[in-house]
Amino acid sequence: MSSLTLNVNGRSVTADVPDRTLLVECIREALGLTGTHVGCDTSQCGACVVLVDGRSVKSCSMFAWEADGAEVTTIEGLASDGSLHPMQQAFKEHHGLQCGFCTPGMVLSAVDLATHHADASESEVREWLEGNLCRCTGYQNIVKAVLVGAEAMEAGA
Amino acid sequence: MSENGIGAAVLRKEDDRLLTGRGQFTDDINRPGQAHMSILRSPLAHARIVSIDTSAAEEAPGVVAVLTGREMAEDGVGGLPCGWLITSKDGSPMVEPPHPALPADRVRYVGDQVAAVIAETREAARAAAALVDVEYEELPAAATLASATRDGAPLVWDEAPGNICYDWEVGDAEATEAAFRGADHIVSLDVVNNRLIPNAIEPRAAIGEYDSRTGDHTLFTTTQNPHLIRLLLGAFVMGIPESKLRIVAPDVGGGFGSKIHHYAEEVIVTWAAKRLGRPVKWTAERSESFVSDRHGRDHLSHAELALDAEGRFLGLRVTTAANLGAYLSTFSTCVPTYLYGILFAGPYTTPAIYVEVKGVFSNTVPVDALRGAGRPEATFLLERLVDKAARETGIDPVELRRRNLIRPDQFPYQTPVALQYDVGDYQATLDLALEMAGADAFEERRAEARARGRLRGLGVSTFLEACGIAPSAVVGSLGCRAGLYESGQVRVHPTGSVTVYTGTHSHGQGHETTFAQLVSDELGVPIDQVEVVHGDTQQIPFGMGTYGSRSLAVGGAAIYNATQKVINKGKRIAAHLLEASEADIEFENGSFTVAGTDRAKAFGEIALAAYVPHDYPIEELEPGLDETAFYDPKNFTFPAGAHIVEVEIDPETGTVELVQVTGVDDLGRIINPMIVAGQLHGGLAHGIGQALLEECQYDENGQLLTGSYLNYTMPRAADLPNFELGHNTTLCTHNPLGVKGVGEVGSIGVCPAVINAVVDALSEHGVTHIDMPATPERVWRAIQSSQA
Repeated sequence: MSSLTLNVNGRSVTADVPDRTLLVECIREALGLTGTHVGCDTSQCGACVVLVDGRSVKSCSMFAWEADGAEVTTIEGLASDGSLHPMQQAFKEHHGLQCGFCTPGMVLSAVDLATHHADASESEVREWLEGNLCRCTGYQNIVKAVLVGAEAMEAGA
Repeated sequence: MSENGIGAAVLRKEDDRLLTGRGQFTDDINRPGQAHMSILRSPLAHARIVSIDTSAAEEAPGVVAVLTGREMAEDGVGGLPCGWLITSKDGSPMVEPPHPALPADRVRYVGDQVAAVIAETREAARAAAALVDVEYEELPAAATLASATRDGAPLVWDEAPGNICYDWEVGDAEATEAAFRGADHIVSLDVVNNRLIPNAIEPRAAIGEYDSRTGDHTLFTTTQNPHLIRLLLGAFVMGIPESKLRIVAPDVGGGFGSKIHHYAEEVIVTWAAKRLGRPVKWTAERSESFVSDRHGRDHLSHAELALDAEGRFLGLRVTTAANLGAYLSTFSTCVPTYLYGILFAGPYTTPAIYVEVKGVFSNTVPVDALRGAGRPEATFLLERLVDKAARETGIDPVELRRRNLIRPDQFPYQTPVALQYDVGDYQATLDLALEMAGADAFEERRAEARARGRLRGLGVSTFLEACGIAPSAVVGSLGCRAGLYESGQVRVHPTGSVTVYTGTHSHGQGHETTFAQLVSDELGVPIDQVEVVHGDTQQIPFGMGTYGSRSLAVGGAAIYNATQKVINKGKRIAAHLLEASEADIEFENGSFTVAGTDRAKAFGEIALAAYVPHDYPIEELEPGLDETAFYDPKNFTFPAGAHIVEVEIDPETGTVELVQVTGVDDLGRIINPMIVAGQLHGGLAHGIGQALLEECQYDENGQLLTGSYLNYTMPRAADLPNFELGHNTTLCTHNPLGVKGVGEVGSIGVCPAVINAVVDALSEHGVTHIDMPATPERVWRAIQSSQA
């Protein structure tokens, strides 16, 4: 067993989980934050992306204990004071989601990109999203939302 | 048009919860005391089960029970029914083998369910499943469509000689033969329609729960189709009265057809929950999804087109073998017949058509509806054949299509294969697509590309689809075992807000917004006071679910009719309150007015009067304002389009670059253009995936070679361009909204346009056809073999 202390969405939490527990299992099952999704078992789909110390990580590809002491942001922690984060807002305004299952991972991947490469081009956005699968949208509106969201994040920074 | 009414790009009501992690998908639900289930699946494509020893698994830590087909048979649980009876040419019914949720004696595909291991945790169930000791006697497998139809092929079912489920036909064989005898040109083509794996990003999941106090069963499940699952599971499989069985389909993460069908896991958790006295939860791992979600497509076809000297189509004949997999899934049998054969007139005036389809069993995952379901297969074959005819006759492909398109003055148009099209304007749709695609200047772009050493091609597809499934009497006469109407309930609350209950199910389509727009527009109620409820059989009167681009055309029409009942009742109440004749009451913008006066009652006042009936015509009118309508469509709807694709190929690598994808579609009236564009994008991506990337492959032993995202190529963001969309609208003539449907259009129209463009680009190398997916390897080989 590992006893972990994480800062999740701005709150310090502790969890006792078996050593083999994946970060995504810890988030969904131990912490009950079900906004992070599991869409595959080969670390391909990106539905489980969260931010660990500000960088996007597929939370199925690390053990929970590896995140001990880290700051973790899940989709539940992005909006503040009841208003959507600029990237969430851009996804809403540009219809960047349909069924919503890949969306948490998409949004958090996009936040990482926008934070570290605010002026990414459309083709760079498409390359960046290589690790996030969506079956509904054909990606067009996701890409548009990421470009607009990145601009809004920079304007608000 | 009101700000949030019909035609407005209203932002979606469902987005706030989905964007903030507050959606509730089936795997997000946990029930008190639940156990977890892992399914042990067959590692062999075809084998006799000699014995199953569950003792080691039962003793493993945390294990609650290990259940097999034997226990299921003891409890009298029935098999999964097939929803559509197909009758063969000779009048005999299709071969309809049993479809047990847990087969007891023989497994028939890799992934077939062998045992259910139920434990305190998911990990314990998984670990114990590895301890179940199954002795198999391996049997030879019919692993592909080609091998299943070979002489002497191993039989999947002893009762189906030659692995034939049915041998079906549609059209007039004699008239078609006569047309071919009089032809100036005959063009033929063999086509493989590649097998696809659906891959909704949410894996399937199910939770069964049983209340021994009341005898109530609840099933939470990832379905597009909650009422149909209740009907099948309750009446046919488990023998549970529908009053004691509740199906809840909460947020569902994409379906594309794969979540229409009734699945074994839904049966097993429902049965096990009662047997064990505690809720049982199952969530597929993606590896399981690959070998258990119903696959799509998988046809081998030969087709011939007869033309006269001017290029007019005289006759068409098609012979298809369609893979059904090992068992008959819910709608599997109608997909390659009534959703395929009757589409072969397409948008053309071909007077004589004859189609033969053999449904074939194989030792593979059952095949069923996948986005488009039969219509993409028909459209691909027809549009490839038309393009080949253009090359062989020397007539420009666009001009050849023009000579054969049905003209606007020919509607209603009766095809020789059963359908009657109500309305369309195919020439104008094509004109707009050509203009948007810049087709006039294509040859200049081709020459410029050639100067850079690249091969450039332009491909066109003109097509239609039969959607809005379906008129009950029509499908009933064709063997469907259900009526395909839809229900809508509009409940006006005392202070004027509205809850809408629909039997369709939204899993990405945005019904909570589109239907709210529709009701807001009709009743004049602000859209934020209209809530749409779907996906719960305990709340909704009845429904046939979401598939076949039917939700708006059939479900929306039912809701519309319910709003009209509300308005009509409101008029009677208003007439009483305003002391006027009912015939003089007009309803507009949320207000009931005596015609020609300023005497009026607001919608909310009427609602309150209906529930607080102090001054009310109570002798002749019941209180309340809550109306239900069942809508049965009079005909299919016929969305139609012209898709144009321009590609550039690097002959050194065979890589196909999509330079431009243009889709002009006639979808009827559009309620929310933002949502419609999103549906088109997704369909186009699905079709392009089939054309360029995706292919499910089995080896000769029936082992799935493409069982993960590492080797099944899903379209990713960088694989796709931005799409150019246009609309040329004619209104459907037979439903009250004039709508036609949009969910499947992209996946139906674009595949042949992509391949026509690739073949156009490769034509200077003598290539006349290439099978999907046109991967770099396949394209490169086509170029190399032409140079050899």
